[in-house]
Amino acid sequence: MSDPTFLEYVVFFSAAVMILGGAIGVITMKSPVHAALGLVLTLFGVAVQFVAMEAHFLAAVQVIVYAGAIVVLFLFVIMLLGVDETMDLSIEPIALQRPLAAVMGLGLIGLLGAAIVRARDMVVLNPGVDGIDVARETGDHDANLRQLAENLYGDHVFAFQLTSVLLIVAVAGTVLLTRKWPRGAGNPDTESSDA
Amino acid sequence: MIAAIGTSSYLLLAATLFTIGAFGLVIRRNPIIMFMCVELMLNAANLTFVALATQLGDINGQTSVFFVMVVAAAEVVVGLGILVSILRQRPGATADDLAELKG
Repeated sequence: MSDPTFLEYVVFFSAAVMILGGAIGVITMKSPVHAALGLVLTLFGVAVQFVAMEAHFLAAVQVIVYAGAIVVLFLFVIMLLGVDETMDLSIEPIALQRPLAAVMGLGLIGLLGAAIVRARDMVVLNPGVDGIDVARETGDHDANLRQLAENLYGDHVFAFQLTSVLLIVAVAGTVLLTRKWPRGAGNPDTESSDA
Repeated sequence: MIAAIGTSSYLLLAATLFTIGAFGLVIRRNPIIMFMCVELMLNAANLTFVALATQLGDINGQTSVFFVMVVAAAEVVVGLGILVSILRQRPGATADDLAELKG
């Protein structure tokens, strides 16, 4: 039982079941709150896979930002708008939509799977000497964080600063969109266009 | 690196997750659940990035995931803001009722 290979398989397949089960829950649950809980399951499964692939910082960010902030935002909106009533999924407003969607899904998974299987032998294994330091091999448990920080604040520092501009614009735009404008009868869309 | 489980397993898992997200985006009518399906697809892309970063020994893949997360957070904020302002005027609207952007 202490075989590390066996443990890796256990981690991979249990996390894969979490990911796929949560994803199927998102698209089949009638209530949006249950779908949000399925989304949490999927996001935690992805975080587990990140840890298994030695991306420790991204796993932490995944739990904090996705499973924490984004899902809470979803639940906030669901509760705020009171749209948590269940929808009847048996009605199909557009004829033939679901069979066509199934064809699209099967085609997508078929194409992606064929590409992955075909490219399996073409990707070179660990070519560079300056690869990712793995704590299991080097014994340095901060290696992932340090490498990511050097890459982010070294090579990509301008893009990093642009993301702050993006977040400011997103926050300001959301405030503009959702604010209730004081002259009550006015249409918020026309009011905000000249603001 | 990934000792026992090959990168192809991670890529196939990510492809399956992406397909489920795309399928759900097409068949569901609730706009909030459609947003969640977009998040599923973004997570599939992140999983692919990290798997290939590990395979190729390139930290730039993990940096890309960081940027994808930032953009996803901004996208959720703006999207849910639009959704709140629409659903405040028309409660219970589904994607079929929102065929035009005019309020």
